[in-house]
Amino acid sequence: MAGYVREVAKRVFAQEFNESNLTFKDGDEQYSPQYLLTPTGAKVNRLFIVGTLTEKEDIGSDTEYWRGRVSDPTGSFVVYAGQYQPEAAQVLVECETPSFVAIVGKPSTYTTGDGDILTSVRPESIQVIDGETRDIWVLDTAKQTLDRINALKSTEPNSVKAMEHYDPDINHYRGMVLHALRSLNENE
Amino acid sequence: MKETAKGIKGKFSELGVEIPAKEIEERLDTLVTKFKVPLDEARRSVVNYFLKEHNIARNEFYTGQSESPLLSISDISQDGKWITVKGKVAQLWDNSHETISQVGLIGDKTGTIKFTKWTSAELPDVVEDKNYLFKNVVVNEWGGKFQINLNKNSSIEEIDEEIEIGSSSVSFTGAMVDIQSGSGLIKRCPTCNRALTKGACTEHGKVDGVYDLRIKAVLDNGTTTQEALLKRELTEKISGMTLDSAIALAADALDQGVVLDHIKNGMVGRYYTVTGPRLDRYILVESIELQSNPDAALLEELITAAEVA
Repeated sequence: MAGYVREVAKRVFAQEFNESNLTFKDGDEQYSPQYLLTPTGAKVNRLFIVGTLTEKEDIGSDTEYWRGRVSDPTGSFVVYAGQYQPEAAQVLVECETPSFVAIVGKPSTYTTGDGDILTSVRPESIQVIDGETRDIWVLDTAKQTLDRINALKSTEPNSVKAMEHYDPDINHYRGMVLHALRSLNENE
Repeated sequence: MKETAKGIKGKFSELGVEIPAKEIEERLDTLVTKFKVPLDEARRSVVNYFLKEHNIARNEFYTGQSESPLLSISDISQDGKWITVKGKVAQLWDNSHETISQVGLIGDKTGTIKFTKWTSAELPDVVEDKNYLFKNVVVNEWGGKFQINLNKNSSIEEIDEEIEIGSSSVSFTGAMVDIQSGSGLIKRCPTCNRALTKGACTEHGKVDGVYDLRIKAVLDNGTTTQEALLKRELTEKISGMTLDSAIALAADALDQGVVLDHIKNGMVGRYYTVTGPRLDRYILVESIELQSNPDAALLEELITAAEVA
């Protein structure tokens, strides 16, 4: 498998993820990977998120199709798992709410009738985990988000693209990171 | 052409032979302009002419050109580069090609590398566990891995120094995002120890396999991914399951897959630090540690960094 490189799982807070609306492909081929670019310039084909599963619901008609909400300090990720994600769907069926979960998944977008773009996560795997891991994730994600914010003014291609498309309010995202970090201190 | 002539003159004066620049230029010019020989070839021909004229051995001229640098094995990173390596012969492998006289692994304290000694090199044989200086060997990249080739310009000198073969140990911290198929309870070929697929060994066909436990994990730090290989001992420790209990679990469920599921449920989604030598795309894990607490110092540092807007 020459040239095959596993896509890195990016760390993005829910708020930033939900404020993303730019998708694109690398290359023109049918199976070229699809990416979501976030306002701080994370080029996402795969995500690693850890949060609290607060709600779950089977919204399928004939076959089971599960929707879950996973909350982090900044907002919630919407997660959909159906027959093509059998392992992830099974975990959603079995686990209780609320509980801490770790999810590896792909970003997915949906354009509403009004032209709004909604983001969600299609999980590859869901695992029930502990609160410590969740805190480590918040710290990890804060660090990586800050690194991206600090790189926004650089010539790094994803930063340039994010600046062009979103013209992000840097203080808005700094504030988000700070809020998430401070929430860790409050736990103690 | 003037440049070329100058270069040649410089080289020869290093060897203690002064040749008038004009003479060199004239010879080059004749070849290039009149006989339409490419400059490189002309240069070679002119050099050879003067070497003969002044009775200088070819080797002397060309080794003077650049003594191959002595590199540590872990620093070998450039395809086609001529280097010198000091190392111990770690293993000699069977080889079936008559064009190859010896093939095996040599190592120094930074790692090991495959070497191939060609028959045409006409070099003396090396012996396992002895230490040598391998001069003027060529680096070759194949399938993303480096190896070195010994050809007839190379030399081997046995040395007195005792070299310890180490493997540069690396650490990687990240979230475990996947455990690959071929993990959990597997069977190995009793002859060659390869993992069996569907009860068959790629080398020895259908065999009665021997059970083993292992984990092929993918760690991800948000920037890169790293594959990690855990052998039975560590797998048992980290999964809290012995080989026997894994076999019992699988027998109970009539499915080897439950062992993998059990391991996945316990490990995927958590943060680990693994340490061990790097081999190919894997880290051969010697120690693995679960990150169980957020780093308080990092938290303070990040809060400060985020506040300074």
